[in-house]
Amino acid sequence: MNETTKKNTMDIVKAKLAKRYAREQRFRAYGIVAISLGMLFLVMLFVSIISQGYGAFFQTYVKLDVEFSAEKIDPQGKRDPEALSSGDYGNLVKESVRQAFPEVTGRTEKIQLYKLVSSGATYELRNRVMANPELIGTTQSVWVPADDDVDMLVKGHIDRNLPESERRMNNQQIGWVEKLENAGRIEKRFNLVFFTGGDSREPELAGIWGAAVGSFYTLLVTLALSFPIGVATAVYLEEFAPRNKWTDIIEVNINNLAAVPSIVFGLLGLAVFINLFGLPRSAPLVGGLVLTLMTLPTIIIAGRAALKSVPPSIREAALGVGASKMQTITHHVLPLAMPGMLTGTIIGMAQALGETAPLLMIGMVAFIVDIPGSAFDPATVLPVQIYLWADSPERAFVEKTSAAIMVLLGFLIAMNAIAVILRKRFERRW
Amino acid sequence: MKKSVILAAALSTILSTSAFAASRDAINIVGSSTVYPFTTVVAEQFGKTSKFKTPKIESTGTGGGMKLFCAGVGVEHPDMTGASRRIKKSEFDQCQANGVKDVIEVKVGYDGIAIANSKKAAPFALSLKEVFLALAKEVPDPSSEAFKLIENPYKMWNEINPALPASKIEVLGPPPTSGTRDAFVELAMEGGCDKIDAIKAEKKTNEKNHKRICHSIREDGVYIEAGENDNLIVQKLDANPNALGIFGFSFLDQNSDKVQGSTIDGVLVNFDAIADGSYPVSRPLFMYVKKAHIGTIPGIEEFLAEYTSEKAWGDEGYLADKGLIPMPTEERKKFADDAKNLTPLSM
Repeated sequence: MNETTKKNTMDIVKAKLAKRYAREQRFRAYGIVAISLGMLFLVMLFVSIISQGYGAFFQTYVKLDVEFSAEKIDPQGKRDPEALSSGDYGNLVKESVRQAFPEVTGRTEKIQLYKLVSSGATYELRNRVMANPELIGTTQSVWVPADDDVDMLVKGHIDRNLPESERRMNNQQIGWVEKLENAGRIEKRFNLVFFTGGDSREPELAGIWGAAVGSFYTLLVTLALSFPIGVATAVYLEEFAPRNKWTDIIEVNINNLAAVPSIVFGLLGLAVFINLFGLPRSAPLVGGLVLTLMTLPTIIIAGRAALKSVPPSIREAALGVGASKMQTITHHVLPLAMPGMLTGTIIGMAQALGETAPLLMIGMVAFIVDIPGSAFDPATVLPVQIYLWADSPERAFVEKTSAAIMVLLGFLIAMNAIAVILRKRFERRW
Repeated sequence: MKKSVILAAALSTILSTSAFAASRDAINIVGSSTVYPFTTVVAEQFGKTSKFKTPKIESTGTGGGMKLFCAGVGVEHPDMTGASRRIKKSEFDQCQANGVKDVIEVKVGYDGIAIANSKKAAPFALSLKEVFLALAKEVPDPSSEAFKLIENPYKMWNEINPALPASKIEVLGPPPTSGTRDAFVELAMEGGCDKIDAIKAEKKTNEKNHKRICHSIREDGVYIEAGENDNLIVQKLDANPNALGIFGFSFLDQNSDKVQGSTIDGVLVNFDAIADGSYPVSRPLFMYVKKAHIGTIPGIEEFLAEYTSEKAWGDEGYLADKGLIPMPTEERKKFADDAKNLTPLSM
């Protein structure tokens, strides 16, 4: 009797075994499918961005033989910096382009010809002369940035085989570019301007540095405010506050704030910081304040979780050897909770770095050429720069946009990597 | 220790701001996203060639810009605003009420709105009336003799005019928040709507109703709001050869290898047709300047001089390169004089 039931149980188990294994296999397969889907999207994102954006790290330059004629730069001959800076450098550029193509004489043809060289060439020559007035009177070979259309042509984004009416450059201009190419006067170089320049409406002169500095100041303000406030709040709520109605309300509100759409914080920032306090529009200071409001809940919640994970035995031991409550917290609990708090802070900062919506309301979505010198100067931030470039009509901004996304992603990956390393290195398991 | 340093820094940052708001050394400009690409070019040129700082330009839309501009006089308010239409009487009154007494109006040029499709398909030849019939929410009932408005029944272009292709009506265009949309509705839709006599007659008897009929764009999925980003519309057109798109002429100009403009009332959209006014869907662009700020904020007059110089807005100027359609010489002279003499606008 007993024997048969036993057998029966085994039979039942055995009969279902294959099905159970299959179910387990399927369950694992779902997980693998989910992960590979995620990876697939990630790879697609990276491939599309990198394939579009890597071109922006190189820029086409044209070699011109420039005659730094004294009468055009400094007619008085005093080498006075003010006079030097207002010299007619545009004319120097035109002169040297004409020299490269002496056969071009018609007025409209000349205008077409001048379009091959970026307006940045003028500033380049001026900067050179300002840095070294000795150049005046000499003739130098200077590499100057080519126009964005030439750049697109050289990079193959303008199809030379299309009918003339359908492309940005006409046959004559392409002929000139080919002539320059054959003479070795066109070269693709590493695009340093992209990493050192501010924004520009000329794609060949546009750089990400202004936005990066703006992001830096904004995050600095955010960090300086949200970290101490967040940590203090977390410590008080976790270690000191009594459990009652009020702390419950505060807790619910903090959790709620974490879920408020960021544009709401932007509106709040506009109403309070700009209209009420009269802080300057478009300044990283205001951006930082607004983003502080946004990251605070993240930091508080992460901070409380980190404090909670410190085992009570540590506190009891400290109190047991006679430490005060404050000594217990500052000497023992806080240092042990710090890696967790820092991780939360860095993740909050990374979120703040990628935020645009609240900045729209406070005027940080703006065209700003000058690189901000402090948290009070008008500035924009990396994601806003991406948005502005994506909206520009010039074709060459397409690759700039992708390149800017790569820079932003680079920062985000670096920040998250720091968070992971901090956790790995200092995390203690109890 | 470290933390107290950070705290002190944060505190001093907050405290020092109160002293800050009193002065500003760069021009602040707000306004239309259509004027933005041109103003930014001038600003950059100005910043690089003059001793002044580069102006800061926000793209807020025409209406949003007017609101900020007319909010008052003082460093916290912008100095100029760009507009893709003329200032409205109500906005001007708002300005006056807030102490912005003298406003200088500078027309900077023209912009055309293109109706375009992919180069992969044949170009369209439309009339304003056909545009209206294709996109209006309500149209006259084609089956009845008497004038009666019905929900727009047209799904295919050849239902409107047998000469048009037998393809689905599918138009990508800007959302209602956009100045391009305002101008499109006013110029193309209303222009087409007034070709229908019965609706035109309504203008005299019931102006509100006339406006409602002419300005309502259908919401049944035929007109697709594609966001403010004109580049996106161009990309979508490239992917969908059957669709038409509505966007600023400068985007057509920059993407002439991918998309082609349609002819409207027999006129093909191009530089010359917009400049001489024969292309019907074109609009003037304006800058408005706060006279009270001249002298307080450095460089406003010089910036205006740069904007209104021949090398900027002239026929061969760098703004024309960026797609702005220059005004005729006479008009340029008039507005350049206005800008130079700081002639205030009166309404």
